[in-house]
Amino acid sequence: MLIIFFLLFLKVWDGITENKKILQIANVLLLVNFVLGFILNANGELFNGMFHTTNLINFEKIILNFGTLIISLQAYDWLKNHKHVIEFYILLLTTLLGMFFMLSSGNFLMFYLGLELASIPLAALVNFDLEKIKSSEAAVKMILSSAFASCIMLFGISMLYGTTGTLTFVELPHLITGGSLQVLSLIFVFTGFAFKLSAVPFHLWTADVYEGSPVAVTSYLSVISKAAMVFVFISILNPLFENMQLMWYNMLFLTIVLTITIGNLFAIRQQNIKRFLAFSSISQVGFILLGISSNSTMGVTASIYFLIVYIFSNLGAFSVIAIVSNETGKENINDYKGFYKTNKFLGWVMALSLFSLAGVPPTAGFFGKMFLVTAGASKGNYILIIIAALNMVVSLYYYLRIVKAMFVDENKDPIAKVTGSTSVQIAIIICMAGVILTGFASVLYDYINSLM
Amino acid sequence: MTNLTILILFPLITAIAVLFCRNSAQIRWTALAGSAIQLILASLLMHSYYAERAAGNVSQMLFESRTSWYSALNIEYYIGVDGISVIMIMMTAFVVLSGILISWKIESLTKEFFFLLLLLSVGAYGFFISLDLFTMFFFLEVAVIPKFLLIAIWGSGKKEYSAMKLALMLMGGSALVLVGLLVTYFKTDIGNGVHTFDLIKISHQHIPLETQKLIFPFLFVGFGVFTALFPFHTWVPDGHSSAPTAASMFLAGISMKLGGYGCLRVATYLMPEGAQYYSSVIVLLATIAIIYGAFATLMQKDLKYINAYSSVSHCGFILLGIGMLTKTAIIGAVLQMVSHGVMTALFFGAIGMIYDRTHTREVEKLGGLLKTIPFVASVYIIAGLCSLGLPGFSGFVSEMTIFMGAWQRPDAFHRIATILACASIVVTAVYILRAAGKAVMGPITNSQYNELTDATWTEKSASVLLTFAVLSIGLAPFWLIDLITPDTQLIMENLARGVLGN
Repeated sequence: MLIIFFLLFLKVWDGITENKKILQIANVLLLVNFVLGFILNANGELFNGMFHTTNLINFEKIILNFGTLIISLQAYDWLKNHKHVIEFYILLLTTLLGMFFMLSSGNFLMFYLGLELASIPLAALVNFDLEKIKSSEAAVKMILSSAFASCIMLFGISMLYGTTGTLTFVELPHLITGGSLQVLSLIFVFTGFAFKLSAVPFHLWTADVYEGSPVAVTSYLSVISKAAMVFVFISILNPLFENMQLMWYNMLFLTIVLTITIGNLFAIRQQNIKRFLAFSSISQVGFILLGISSNSTMGVTASIYFLIVYIFSNLGAFSVIAIVSNETGKENINDYKGFYKTNKFLGWVMALSLFSLAGVPPTAGFFGKMFLVTAGASKGNYILIIIAALNMVVSLYYYLRIVKAMFVDENKDPIAKVTGSTSVQIAIIICMAGVILTGFASVLYDYINSLM
Repeated sequence: MTNLTILILFPLITAIAVLFCRNSAQIRWTALAGSAIQLILASLLMHSYYAERAAGNVSQMLFESRTSWYSALNIEYYIGVDGISVIMIMMTAFVVLSGILISWKIESLTKEFFFLLLLLSVGAYGFFISLDLFTMFFFLEVAVIPKFLLIAIWGSGKKEYSAMKLALMLMGGSALVLVGLLVTYFKTDIGNGVHTFDLIKISHQHIPLETQKLIFPFLFVGFGVFTALFPFHTWVPDGHSSAPTAASMFLAGISMKLGGYGCLRVATYLMPEGAQYYSSVIVLLATIAIIYGAFATLMQKDLKYINAYSSVSHCGFILLGIGMLTKTAIIGAVLQMVSHGVMTALFFGAIGMIYDRTHTREVEKLGGLLKTIPFVASVYIIAGLCSLGLPGFSGFVSEMTIFMGAWQRPDAFHRIATILACASIVVTAVYILRAAGKAVMGPITNSQYNELTDATWTEKSASVLLTFAVLSIGLAPFWLIDLITPDTQLIMENLARGVLGN
C-alpha cells in the first residue's frame, strides 16, 4: 500500500516538466500501481489491527486502481490544456489513498480518517474547472452535504462507543445487542452511508454535483467513490450489526425500493446527459443494495461483480461524453441526436455502455443485474424483486431514449466527427472489451466468490 | 451434426463477418451464404435426429452437452434438443433465410441491418436449444434489442412509438419471466441446498403446489406477452406494421414463437399443477384473443395491420391448444407455432413486396395486382389461403388438430370455447377473402400499376422457400407429428403426475 505514497511523491518531484509528459508518466505509474496490486498482496495487520488486508480487500483495491487508471486515461484530453495537472493527480490520489484506508480499516477511527481523506479532496476536484460558476456551486454543495453526512455518521459512531466502549471491528459485534441507543446509532451510520452512496432520500446533492463537475471528476465520483463506499458498506453493515439483522434489512428494503424507483423516475425527465447518468447511477446503487440485502456470499459476490461491470459500462459512456464535451462543449441529450450518423464507432460504444447499464444481454450488465436480483431473491422477498424487475423495464425506457436519439432522430446540426486522443481510445477499448467479455468469462465471478 | 453449439456460433460468425464486409453486395452475399448454410445445418440436425430416434434412442433430449458456466450459482451452458425444438429450429432457419432474401434491396445502413437480423436469429436458435433456464432467459433477451433497433431505424409510420412499445412490453414480459425463474430456482434443491436452473432436473423436482399457483401466472403471462396473450397483445399490431418487411417476418415468424415455446416448455412443463389450476383462465384469454383478433382484423384497412391482428388471433390458437392440456391439442399447438411461423412470414413477405412496388398498403387503393405482378399477387393469395385454413396448407392441419384436441374436453366451458374458436375461422375467411379480392383481384385501380415489375429472383426464391415449407406441412403433416409426439407424451406424463390430474 506504500505504492500510493510513492506515487504521490513522484508527482511532486517531477512537477516541472510539461503537461503532456506528466500525463503520460502518471498513466504509466498508475498502470504500474495496478499491476503491482496483483504482486504485492501481502495479507496482514498493522498498528494493532487498525489497518488490515485480506485477499478480498486487496482485490477491491485492485478494482479501484483499475478504475482510476481508466479515468486518468480518459481525462487526458481535458488535462493536457489544464494549468493544474499535478494538483489534479495529488488530489485524486489522496482520495484514492483515503479509500484504501477506509477499506483496510479495522477500527472506526481509522475508517473515519479514511472517509474524510476520501471526501474532502473530492470537493476540490469538483471545483477543478476553476472559472466555471456551476463547478464552484457543485463544490460547495458537495462539501456541505458530505460534511453533514460525516457529522451524522460520527454521531452514530460516538453512540456506539458510548454503549460498547470500543471502536474496533473485531470486538464490536458481540457488544452490539440492539439496545435503543444502538438502534439510533445504526440509523445514523446507515444514514451517513446512504448520503455517501446517494441513496434516496439522501440523494439530492448528487445531480447538481455531477452536472457541475468536470466529466472526469463526475465519472470518478459516480464510479470509484461509489464503489469504495459500497465495499466498505459491505464490510461494516452485516459483520458489525449482525444482531440487528431484521432491523437493517427493513431499512435497506425501504431504501432500495425508494432508490431504484425514484432514481428511475427522475432519470426519465433529465435533459443534461451528466444529470441523466447521475440519476441512473442512483438507481444502479439501489440494485447494488439489493444484492447487499441478501446478506450472503452470493450477494457480496454479486455486488462486487456488478461494480466491476458498472465500472466498465459507466466509464465507457463517460469516455464518449468526455470526448464530446471536450471537443464541442455539448452536454445536452438533444445534442446527441443524429450522433450515429457522424460518429459510428462512438455511437456503438455509447449504445453498448447504455445497454450494459440497462442490463440487456449480451452485455455484461445483464449478468451483473441478474446476479444482483438473484441474490435479492434468495431471502424470499418476492415483492422486492418484482419491484426491481419492473424497474429494469422503466430504466430500459430512458436508456433506449438516448439510443433512439443517437440512431434514429434527425438533427440539422449534429455533433461533428470527434475522435479523442489515443489514450481515451485505449480507455474506450478496454471498457468495451470489458462490457462484452466479462459476462461470458465466468472466471471473474468464481474468483470473487473464492475470495470470500 | 451432434454439436449443437454450432447452431449459435455459425450465425454469430456470419454476423461478425458482415461487420467486416466492405460494400453492400458483399454484406448481402455473406448474410445469404451464412443463412443458407444454417438451413443446411438445421436440416442435417433434423436428419440426424431422425436417425438417432430410428436407432432406438429414447432419451428425452438428444445431442446434449453441458459446460459449467457460473459454477457458484450452478448455472450451466446446457443444451440439447427434442422433437419440438428441432422443428422450431428448422422453422427459424427457413424464416431467416427468406427474410434475408426479401431484404435484398435495403440500402441505408445495410451492414447494421443484416448484423441485427443475424443477431436476432442467434437469440432464437439459442433459445430453442437451451435446457438451462438461465441460458434460455439470456437468449430470450438477446432477441429484444435488435427488434427495437430494426423497427426504430428502418421502420415506417409511427416507428419510434411502436419500437419503444414493443421493447418495453417484451421487457416487461421478460421481467415477469425473470421473477418466475428466480422463485423456481430458489424452490429447487438438488441436494445440500444447491439450487438449479436445469430444466430437466427441475421437471423431476416436486415444486410445492402453493409455489406453482403463485409462479405459474408469472411465467405464463411473461412468455405470453411475447406470443400476444390477450390483453398484452397491443404491441403486435403496432410493432408489425411499423417494422421493415424482414423484421415483421422475424417478429411474427420467430419471435412470437419464443413465447409459445416458453409457455409450453417452461411454464406448462415445469408447473403441471399450476397449468391445471389456471387452464380455464388460459382457455378464456385465448378464446378472447382469437375472437377479438378476428373481429379487429375485419376493421383494418392496412394490409400489414390485417396480418398483424390476424396473428393475434392465430397465436390465440397456440395458447388455446396449450391451455386445453390434452395431448392432441398440445401437438396442435406446436404444429400451429411452426405453421404460423412460416405462413405469416410468407404473408408479410408478400405484403412487403406489394408495398415496395405500389408504396401503399391501403386495401382501398390497391387493385388488380394479379394482372400486373402475378407472382407477388399469387404469393399473397397462397399465404391468405393458408391463413384461413384451407386443406392442403399448413394452417388447416394445425388448427384441425387443436380443435380435435380441444373437443376431448367434454365439459360445457371447454366446448363453448372450442365452438367459438372454430367459428372464428369464418370471420378469418371473410377478411382474408375480402382483402385478397379487393387488393389483388378486380380491375386495376391505378394506371401506374401497369408499369410495376414482378418479383426479383431473390423475392421469388424466398417465396418459393416458404411456400414449400407451408405445403410440406400441409400435405405431409405426419412426419412432423411423429417427431413431436414422444415429447408431448412426456409433457402429458408430467401433467398427469400432478395432484390435480384429470
